[in-house]
Amino acid sequence: MLIRARDVEKRYGRAWALRAVSFEVDEGGCLLVTGPNGSGKTTLLRLVCGLAAPTGGVLEVGVDRAGLGFVGHEPLVYRDLTALENLELYGRLYRVPERRERTGMLLERFGLWDARNQRVSGYSRGMTQRLALCRALLHDPQLVVLDEPYTALDDEGAGVLDRELEMLAEERTLVVSTHDAGRIDALADTRLALA
Amino acid sequence: MSTYAADVAALARKDLRLELRARDTLPAMLLFVLATLVVFHFALPAGTGHEPAYGLLWVALVFTALLGLGRAWVPERENAALDGLVLAPCDRSAIWLGKALATLTFLVAAEVVALPAFALFFAPLRGTALAGVALADIGICTVGSLVSAMAASSRTRELILPLLFLPLAIPLIVGGVGSSVSPHGGKYLLFLALYDGVFSILSWASFEYVVTE
Repeated sequence: MLIRARDVEKRYGRAWALRAVSFEVDEGGCLLVTGPNGSGKTTLLRLVCGLAAPTGGVLEVGVDRAGLGFVGHEPLVYRDLTALENLELYGRLYRVPERRERTGMLLERFGLWDARNQRVSGYSRGMTQRLALCRALLHDPQLVVLDEPYTALDDEGAGVLDRELEMLAEERTLVVSTHDAGRIDALADTRLALA
Repeated sequence: MSTYAADVAALARKDLRLELRARDTLPAMLLFVLATLVVFHFALPAGTGHEPAYGLLWVALVFTALLGLGRAWVPERENAALDGLVLAPCDRSAIWLGKALATLTFLVAAEVVALPAFALFFAPLRGTALAGVALADIGICTVGSLVSAMAASSRTRELILPLLFLPLAIPLIVGGVGSSVSPHGGKYLLFLALYDGVFSILSWASFEYVVTE
């Protein structure tokens, strides 16, 4: 079992973001999280990543920070650095071996190679989302957590992500929240619908 | 170079690169400190001795630093880049130290212009005063980087930062002014060094708790 959640709760002041959520994800499994806006999907994923702490319940995640890749609502990259500079910085902090080769390969795969020396501030929303995916996958994480990963992607970008997720699902553990459940449904072996 | 030092260097270099591109912190600090010294030059009555001017120099330096600290975590707030750094498996104190070093670089750059301007407008600075400025800079940037990170996560960051930082900067002003005007300046330098040591260790140890829940 890679992730085990028992009656996990999260409260911000008096407002409940999550109430009594329980689930388990096996190593190599794929958890699909669905629910309307405000149901706590983002909160749950931030708890799984360790970016927030639960108010109640037990949440055990069997990987450390080095084994975790996260794509959130924000791209987590610097606007005034280029794609290459952002990935170089994160590659260093994540101790990625042969990071230049890995960076180049990911930028090629996500169609950003030609824009690699352009500042992120000049990127479209879709290009920024592709870079966020490159950053999350740079260190080949064991657990990949994706919060609405299809946001802002065009058909080509969404297709690249579909193929990437299919490959990842074969050997990695995935936690994905999305409104477009149909894209992930075939990969998911656990489903969690938040109300 | 150790892994920790390499992380700190990479993070500080990133901040210097961002400033070279955006140029929205250092020029503001330079203009502010020069404008403040000009205002003080006209505010002090003619015939006033040198001692009040040294006090005003420290007021100018602390508020210039405050201006830089207010901008320090802006790149991390945009696109939630701080979450990216917090998730990385490096020691989280490296994030603080990289930021403190970058802020120190900007402050020293502002002082390279401000101190000669002070000597021109008011009075020459002796060796102990310069040593006091160097030691106070370290304290300002280590403590300032911590409290500005605390303030950065608040909606009222512009209010919170001075409220947190200025009380903590009082010992630095006491030590700085003492090193500038007292015949026993060395005693104040020791006091500043002690402050730097204690508060650097406290900031280094507590940064992780500031950026995580």
